[in-house]
Amino acid sequence: MSRFKKNKDEGTPAISTASLPDIIFMLLFFFMVTTVMREVELKIVVKLPKATELQKLEKKSLVSYIYIGKPLKKYQKVFGTEPRIQLNDAFADVKDIQPFILKEREARNEKEVPLMTTSLKVDEDVKMGIVTDVKQELRKVNALKINYSARKRDKNW
Amino acid sequence: MARKLQEINAGSMADIAFLLLIFFLVTTTMDVDTGLVRKLPPPPPPNQEKTPPIKERNVFIVLINSKDQLLVEGEPMDIHQLREKAKEFIKNPYDKPNLPEKKIIKVPYFGNYPVSKGVISLQNDRGTSYKRYIEVQNELVAAYNELRDELAMQKFGKHYSELDKDKQAAIKKIYPQRISEAEPKNVGGK
Repeated sequence: MSRFKKNKDEGTPAISTASLPDIIFMLLFFFMVTTVMREVELKIVVKLPKATELQKLEKKSLVSYIYIGKPLKKYQKVFGTEPRIQLNDAFADVKDIQPFILKEREARNEKEVPLMTTSLKVDEDVKMGIVTDVKQELRKVNALKINYSARKRDKNW
Repeated sequence: MARKLQEINAGSMADIAFLLLIFFLVTTTMDVDTGLVRKLPPPPPPNQEKTPPIKERNVFIVLINSKDQLLVEGEPMDIHQLREKAKEFIKNPYDKPNLPEKKIIKVPYFGNYPVSKGVISLQNDRGTSYKRYIEVQNELVAAYNELRDELAMQKFGKHYSELDKDKQAAIKKIYPQRISEAEPKNVGGK
């Protein structure tokens, strides 16, 4: 009889948490590798239009972004509600686009320049006028590869 | 004096790791950038002579006005019909005289193949909304993609996207994406 008593006393042993850090570290590394830091702080509202024939943008390092949209609420006092262009972290004018592209080019290898793409992230409510101005500027500096950023939607309407 | 090495307490390691993990979770953006890839026409040379006019049958004119309405080949149209209409224009299956001419070109895998000379001309107003513009662009690109896919299915029995580079290039030669964008008008005002 007393042979069995021993087991009864012990109860369930505590689960070892020694491997918990390892698991967390694994997750951590996963996120560290896949993460892309948010490179700009948006000062405008950009709700992308939807499309079906999307292509993925390759080589993120070769992409320069131009944002167009209405300023956020907190900037509307200064900049109004008309759609504005944002380059990097600041509001910009159409005339700032050429120097912006040239600067982006300088930062890249000469061989990579023809592969550079300009991604236009434009709010769907913006009128084409400002977009056209931007496109004309891009043509002038020979930045001809562009990408109209859009989100995915269903095939049927 | 040999002393037993004291073990470092690793209990807080998990906390530190958690902290870092949360930081990366918050800052991470997993979205891939997608969009419609287009090529702008190069800037016109300064003393360019007028380009020879393209025959009317070879141009598919799409106009969008400042009210976001479409005018395709002279008649108003709903955007849902645009894709079919564009496909018919590019392919011209029955060689109609009002649809584009074809030119016999030698294409690898296909031999001599009649390739349409059609060009889609897209013109918008400064007051057109970007949303509508993208929708129209999307329909036109979709028309080309569907035609390419159909041809790929017919010839190779595979989707266009599953073909290797050479075959894709051959199909691209038969259906080159020719969408030209005219300078926009300013009728509707800002």
